[in-house]
Amino acid sequence: MTMTFTLRMLTISALLSTPLYSQNATLKASLPPASGSKQPATTPAPTSHVSEGQQIFEQQCSRCHNAPEGFSPRISGTIIRHMRVRASLSQHEETELLRFLNP
Amino acid sequence: MLSHLFNRSNSRRVCIVKAIAIASLFVCCAHDVDAQDTPLISGGGGFTANTNGGKTTYSPIVEPLLALPLGPHLLVESRAALEEAWTPNPKNEPGFNHSHFVGLTYLQGDWIVSKHLTVVAGSFLMPFETYNERLSPIWIGNFQSAPLTYALGNMSTGVATGAMVRGSAFSRQKLTIDYAAYFSAREGNQYFASERSSGGRTNFYLPDKRLEIGFSYNRLLQGTHENFYGTHVWWEPANTAFRFRSEFARGHHAQGYWIEVDYRTQAFHGLDSWVGRIEPVFRMNQTFRRDTNFSDGLALVDTQRADFGLDYNLPHNTRVLTSYSRQFASTGNHNIWQTGLVYRFLFPTWKGK
Repeated sequence: MTMTFTLRMLTISALLSTPLYSQNATLKASLPPASGSKQPATTPAPTSHVSEGQQIFEQQCSRCHNAPEGFSPRISGTIIRHMRVRASLSQHEETELLRFLNP
Repeated sequence: MLSHLFNRSNSRRVCIVKAIAIASLFVCCAHDVDAQDTPLISGGGGFTANTNGGKTTYSPIVEPLLALPLGPHLLVESRAALEEAWTPNPKNEPGFNHSHFVGLTYLQGDWIVSKHLTVVAGSFLMPFETYNERLSPIWIGNFQSAPLTYALGNMSTGVATGAMVRGSAFSRQKLTIDYAAYFSAREGNQYFASERSSGGRTNFYLPDKRLEIGFSYNRLLQGTHENFYGTHVWWEPANTAFRFRSEFARGHHAQGYWIEVDYRTQAFHGLDSWVGRIEPVFRMNQTFRRDTNFSDGLALVDTQRADFGLDYNLPHNTRVLTSYSRQFASTGNHNIWQTGLVYRFLFPTWKGK
């Protein structure tokens, strides 16, 4: 009984919390966790996604600057958002770059 | 307290379990959402030596950038400059004079409204041509000095105070089009000095060809109203470390262009080998005055400058920039030698979980 209630509440609260973070939740639902995250590892990103993100990085980011040598995965989302504005990246490019930076 | 509640009834136990479950889930969600969105501090720091016409100026500089995401759609970002300059005393007196400068380069709020539209408000870099927005950070530019045509169209400060809309208008695998349009008010504050103007830029980029062509337009809306037009072409062939960048700008009273090429070889064990880290650079600048009215910041006479650079990309985001330039003008020719060490930093503002 208790377990059933708990599961129901988990489902309800998950549904309630989704709109609050709709953009990021949708974005990150398909992403493997960042290395800094304490979530268990899930299936790695498909190779095609990684290569597309890498291709976008080469096409969009490397035009202006060299790739930074190592940075915390906690700031990858902030970097991409900053570059989305600065480089006028599309939403798709933002998603793929985030996937590339957090394989 | 907790054990007392657990002993009172089964229903209360269920309530507590539910509350803990909801709280845990909320914390987990929040942690997951914020896991990659920690505010960051980035930017560059360096030390440069600039010998212009026989006088050497030494200058340490730090350009920190703060990016602060607020929720899923907002971002506040700001860049500052802290610079000290030691210049030789005039009239051949021994010793150096030094001055310092601390100021905000820009401070803007970005609101990502939709996948095609971002609204920017505050003090922001003017979207005219490419140098101002893309290459002006000290850790990015191949040369320490800006091209001769930089002042043309950037309204002397390169900063606008007002609002801007920008975004990706069209994005496909073979073609992307982006745009930026802004309005700036006249602002006399020393930290956000700007002139009343409006304008914009649009870029057409072919990702497969790595070819970008862009067009810019600015209009000065104070004093003598003046139009500025610009176009730029960038080309980086795929699978090479060759880059071609160029800009042409034209105002009512002057016009000019610059072309820059740089190359890193991958033939000797890739770009990370000691040979691959060497980066020869060349930039040609020319400005032409159309009449004797001086309102755009360019030199009063036609000027040509050839910049020969040799950069070295050290590990750990550090670059050595060296260059020799020869400037030709009817007022006199002179040499410019520049040497610098720049470092790019990038870290979160706090450790987080």
